[in-house]
Amino acid sequence: MALEQKVKYENDCDKEFASWVTSQTGGENLRHCIQCGICSATCPLSLYMDYTPRRLINLAREGFKKEVLSSFTIWLCASCYACRSECPKEIKVTDIMYMLKRKAIEEGVYPRRFPIPVLAREFSRMIFMFGRVNETLLVTDLFLRTNWFKFLSMTGLGFNLMRTGRMSLLPDSIKRKGELRKVLDAIESEEKKETVK
Amino acid sequence: MKYQYFPGCSLKGMGKAYEESFLAVSRALGMEIGELEDWNCCGATAYMSVDETKSYALAGRNLAIAERTAGDVIAPCSACYLVLNKTMNGLRDNPGLNRKVTGALKSAGLEYKGTAKVRHPLDVLVNDVGLEKIKEHVKAPLSGMKFAAYYGCQVVRPYATFDNQDEPVTMDRLIEAAGGECVTWPLKTRCCGGSLTGTVPEAGLRLAYILLKEAKKRGAQAIVTPCPLCQFNLDAYQEQIAAKFERIDMPVLYFTQVLGLAMGLGAKELGIKRGIISAETVLAGR
Repeated sequence: MALEQKVKYENDCDKEFASWVTSQTGGENLRHCIQCGICSATCPLSLYMDYTPRRLINLAREGFKKEVLSSFTIWLCASCYACRSECPKEIKVTDIMYMLKRKAIEEGVYPRRFPIPVLAREFSRMIFMFGRVNETLLVTDLFLRTNWFKFLSMTGLGFNLMRTGRMSLLPDSIKRKGELRKVLDAIESEEKKETVK
Repeated sequence: MKYQYFPGCSLKGMGKAYEESFLAVSRALGMEIGELEDWNCCGATAYMSVDETKSYALAGRNLAIAERTAGDVIAPCSACYLVLNKTMNGLRDNPGLNRKVTGALKSAGLEYKGTAKVRHPLDVLVNDVGLEKIKEHVKAPLSGMKFAAYYGCQVVRPYATFDNQDEPVTMDRLIEAAGGECVTWPLKTRCCGGSLTGTVPEAGLRLAYILLKEAKKRGAQAIVTPCPLCQFNLDAYQEQIAAKFERIDMPVLYFTQVLGLAMGLGAKELGIKRGIISAETVLAGR
């Protein structure tokens, strides 16, 4: 049996990532985490995670960038806020998960089996186009882009939605699309300025 | 009482029955409700995963429009309710974010002052209209019917101040006012799976199944919810849950439908037929 290093040395981690995590809004008080594990205990999805929320927090604040950004954990968080409302140190765990999701998308390191980043991007594209989201079109698009086979197995569900009049195939749109785009573009140019700085 | 109604995308799509029943009930109770002019998508959980500042700006546009007119905003969808409140808190507490977002809104001729108030129908019905007045409107009480009051996560966590975050009671009180009985169950605010039912069904469907199974075990005839995503997950995926785990056959109603039925409003007006698992057999027995 080949020997494998199971525990990382301090030198193996990315200090820059650690200081980025703890400098973000919501991440400031990560240093206060006492590793009590109430987040993992309340999380209804922790049993599917590769690192429980408690472990992920510890990895993030110590700078284990690769483990954190390529973990299943951040994509399994359904934003139910149970951990946040129970945390004795009032750490905003859900917001930290969002922050890590954004970083993983930005760096393109998320695990390929999760269609969630595709969904999130399609969602934002639809908002830029129409200002509103049509759930039917969003879901159809998602399955066509990620999993044809699964799409076929969804036809029963689609039929049921059609039968009950809950499916609409036309995108709903706001009137002042220009106004909304102006707002989003203004944020984008502001953010570009910041990165240049 | 004047209010501005923020439907959000779900209540115009898969959650149509929620809009129908919410509007029918509020009108019958004499509330004055107008739809927020040219509202856009709140951004929900998905946009937050792509761009944080933009997601605040999206919600900010809605809030800026709402501030022009008098009356609290009512957001029946849990995600909309959470995102709009999260944005108000974020813009209040984070000056850098506030500067960026208000600046972007201004460039499009919109002004954000932070004066809007975003509320959930559970809050408005219990605290503004009042249980006494609602009881006066009950003409056909749902006597003998047992419900599992399922709140879901985002309506009470983490921004709501009108109810308890783990053991909420407002919807229980409304169901009781309608003459129904609420079974005791511990899963009132446990996650329904959110968007994972579609994206990671191995995990998502199990969460929905746990809720359905427990509601049945506790003797509920139907689950009652204030959230369009919870309703969708629990109702529309029952076929897949039956194939993977077991068949439960549990109708999932909006609390506004339950109230409307008790107030004597018509099943059609309340969108009862839009449930994929039919509630008709259960309701016929009352």
